[in-house]
Amino acid sequence: MAEASYPDDLKYHPEHDWARVEGDTATLGITWYAQDQLGEVVFFDPPDVGTEITKDNPYAEVESVKAVSDVIAPLSGEIIEVNETLKDSPEQINEDSYGEGWLVKIKLSDPSEIDQLMDATSYEESLS
Amino acid sequence: MAVGTDTLKRTPLFDRHVAAGAKLVPFAGWEMPVQYTGIKPEHLAVRERVGIFDVSHMGEIETTGPDAEAFLQRILSNDVTKIAEHGAQYSVLTNEQGGVLDDLFTYRLDRDRFLTVTNASNHEKDLNWFLKHAQGFDVTIHDRLHDYAMLAVQGPEARALVAELADGELPKRFRTTTLTVAGAPGVLVCGTGYTGEDGVELLVAPQHATKIWDAVVAAGATPAGLGARDTLRLEVCFHLYGNDLMESRGPLEAGLGWCVKTDTGFIGAEAIANSTPTEKLVPFVITGPGIARQGNPVIGGGVVTSGTLSPSLDRGIGMAYVPLEKSEPGTPIEIDVRGRTRTAEVRAKPLYSKEN
Repeated sequence: MAEASYPDDLKYHPEHDWARVEGDTATLGITWYAQDQLGEVVFFDPPDVGTEITKDNPYAEVESVKAVSDVIAPLSGEIIEVNETLKDSPEQINEDSYGEGWLVKIKLSDPSEIDQLMDATSYEESLS
Repeated sequence: MAVGTDTLKRTPLFDRHVAAGAKLVPFAGWEMPVQYTGIKPEHLAVRERVGIFDVSHMGEIETTGPDAEAFLQRILSNDVTKIAEHGAQYSVLTNEQGGVLDDLFTYRLDRDRFLTVTNASNHEKDLNWFLKHAQGFDVTIHDRLHDYAMLAVQGPEARALVAELADGELPKRFRTTTLTVAGAPGVLVCGTGYTGEDGVELLVAPQHATKIWDAVVAAGATPAGLGARDTLRLEVCFHLYGNDLMESRGPLEAGLGWCVKTDTGFIGAEAIANSTPTEKLVPFVITGPGIARQGNPVIGGGVVTSGTLSPSLDRGIGMAYVPLEKSEPGTPIEIDVRGRTRTAEVRAKPLYSKEN
């Protein structure tokens, strides 16, 4: 994705992660800004389904050619699905960071945490 | 050490990098382009066609005088008397204990005039070393850091591209010639590089750097950043000072014995001749998933000094110091990558070649 975008239907964490909340589950990924900073993602090492992740703590790693970066959990919960297609096509994280490039789905353990996240406008302002 | 961007040096091509949309990063005190469009496409452009790198952060030290050869023979590890006029030679600079201070290319411009290219992070240290040990030799040491910009044009099409812009024949490999390139006079054209591809490096007066850059890019070269420079050099197992070379290790364990001629009596020669390294720097490929990085421990002893994803091979590669008994090509090793065990195999140099 050449152009920066921050969809309105997502919630954002200051460590450049997004969450798409649907009921008591959420899909997580990294933002356009994060993938742009990383450069070409060449490896994503997903955690196992069933792993408990905690808001503000790292739960996975994405690697570009040059560097490895922790992915920070925007919300707490149990991983119920991981994006298996990223094993073979990690570049989807760059190409479609809010769609095919999603990382994991979690069952929320504390939905009240959602209120602590930013909306698209606040997140975009935080980048400037 | 954190360095504010306002204290970083900029090359004469800084505006070109900004205009090309480069990601600029601090590197050895310079604000340098790490990539333009992406490391992979830039890497592959150099492997398949031609790329141009701004490496003006590299330093230069000129040594002149009747004792120039004798002086350099005293401080450089290789046999300097073997450098013909207009020739080039790789060597290391070592301290009395045989630890590596820098790795360098030295060009013989005339019988009594040599130009040594230093790594940016080591330039001041090298310069002080040259000055300190020049006593007793009839030589003058000139800091030429600010007198040259340096461009590397690399790739299978590099020579043909530069030849079109030059007013004379390009130097052969490990040779150097002064030519006018793209209207810029007095360009020191060197048949050297750091990518494993054919090509040239151009040492040019800073005020002429943009002229050459523009002409080479207009002729079809892809601007390539330090990111691609690193993946390209690692695929062909060229050392990077600060990663694979350091003062706490000697040139033999780094696999640089071929450029160490201890009978010339250079500073550090005796210590190196008497040393018995217990580890050796070896290339490796990751045989499963994952990418090892600098600093990752090799399980059972040893450490990764460079690691990346190879854009040409599309797998993790790197170099590591391992115990001698694990240094043979084909030996399986395991690397602790942030708590996960990754399997790898020691390989022979280079990790990538055209014949692969």
